[in-house]
Amino acid sequence: MPTFQKSLEACLPDLWRYAYSLSFDKAQADDLVQDCAERALRKRQLWDPSRPLKPWLMTILLNIHRNTRRRSTFLRLVPVDDAPATTAPATTEARMELADTARAIQMLPPEQRDALLLVVIGGLSYKEAAETLDIPTGTLMSRIGRARRNLRHMTAAEPISSFDGKSK
Amino acid sequence: MTSGQIDPDITEDMLHAYVDGQLSAEDEARVEDYLAENPEEADLVANWQIQNQRLDALFPRSEAADRVARLDIPQDLPNRYRPALPLALTAALCLGLGSAGGWFAHDSVAPPAAMAPTALQSLDLRARQAHLVYAPEVLHPVEVAATDEAHLVAWLSNRLGAPLSAPDLSAVGFVLMGGRLLPAGEDAAAQLMYQDASGERVTVFLTAGAPGVLANFRFSDPAEGTSVASISWEDDRFRYAVVGALPRDDLMTVATELYRQFL
Repeated sequence: MPTFQKSLEACLPDLWRYAYSLSFDKAQADDLVQDCAERALRKRQLWDPSRPLKPWLMTILLNIHRNTRRRSTFLRLVPVDDAPATTAPATTEARMELADTARAIQMLPPEQRDALLLVVIGGLSYKEAAETLDIPTGTLMSRIGRARRNLRHMTAAEPISSFDGKSK
Repeated sequence: MTSGQIDPDITEDMLHAYVDGQLSAEDEARVEDYLAENPEEADLVANWQIQNQRLDALFPRSEAADRVARLDIPQDLPNRYRPALPLALTAALCLGLGSAGGWFAHDSVAPPAAMAPTALQSLDLRARQAHLVYAPEVLHPVEVAATDEAHLVAWLSNRLGAPLSAPDLSAVGFVLMGGRLLPAGEDAAAQLMYQDASGERVTVFLTAGAPGVLANFRFSDPAEGTSVASISWEDDRFRYAVVGALPRDDLMTVATELYRQFL
């Protein structure tokens, strides 16, 4: 059976991707993951070994992120040049599309963004993501549904009036 | 949802699960058959797939591996015993301990001297005193209101010397009103005040924690002549007390939620 430390380290790349997708800032993602790993190691007794480790780590990461997010409430818009992609897409068009998506994801209501990215970037199952967010799976699904509809409208230049920011 | 010929067995959730690769092979085949006959849904699903691909490209896996390789993940953090709060509290309450002098988690390796209860006892007392003074206040219950939460949190974090957040207790029916800075001996303490729909108030009282403290919990029944009960605990960041004129179970629900958010 892998040690706690090994299991934790195996989760780090996904945690980092998720942290980066939340913060859009690589240094901040480093700090988030570092902080999360340290807390997890200190509090490893709180983890129930019969359950998967990653959702538990994601919960810690999200808590840290939300606490910092609450302190900087203004919206950060990332200039096209700083858009995260490091493997530069071949065409200008593809680069613009990625920058569009980057902007759109940041404009989503946080609860929709958290839900969608936990699944798509964090690599969690729906059940694990719902546990991480402490919401019923049905609520998770409706947040993912709204996130996808909003992304679709924002990236396809469709009318913003259909933007769906309801909280449930 | 767009219109289309609805196969009653194919739900929107299934379409999402299809896009996210969370369906069994059998269900995947069913969704594909369905999409072949419902072009509008197929367009939608294609858009979601493109969204997923772009998100994946925005946050490349290869870079994640490089970045975490450069992090300095400690190999040997002390494995501090800290039972989950609800469990420890339930144990303490079931045993009928707590109201007398508090219940302290055991750590077989720590010397008994490290379990001195004084810090938590005095925190508990100060938290109750502060609650009795400020919770009934009509005009000035808080010094900085929740409308100015960013400022409140930054200010109190600064004075307590540790990053603090105001937990969101809406899940247990309480809304943040604001907070104030208070003395705790010669140190700074923060009091956060919450109110439920009926106007009942609970306060959360925090002081800076001490590195290396052991798990400690106590439940204090209302003192003579008051109706205010409290639950307090500590870790290496803060000492926490939650105070309110609530039944034990209700106060414990609030404490559990606080504990979860301070994880």
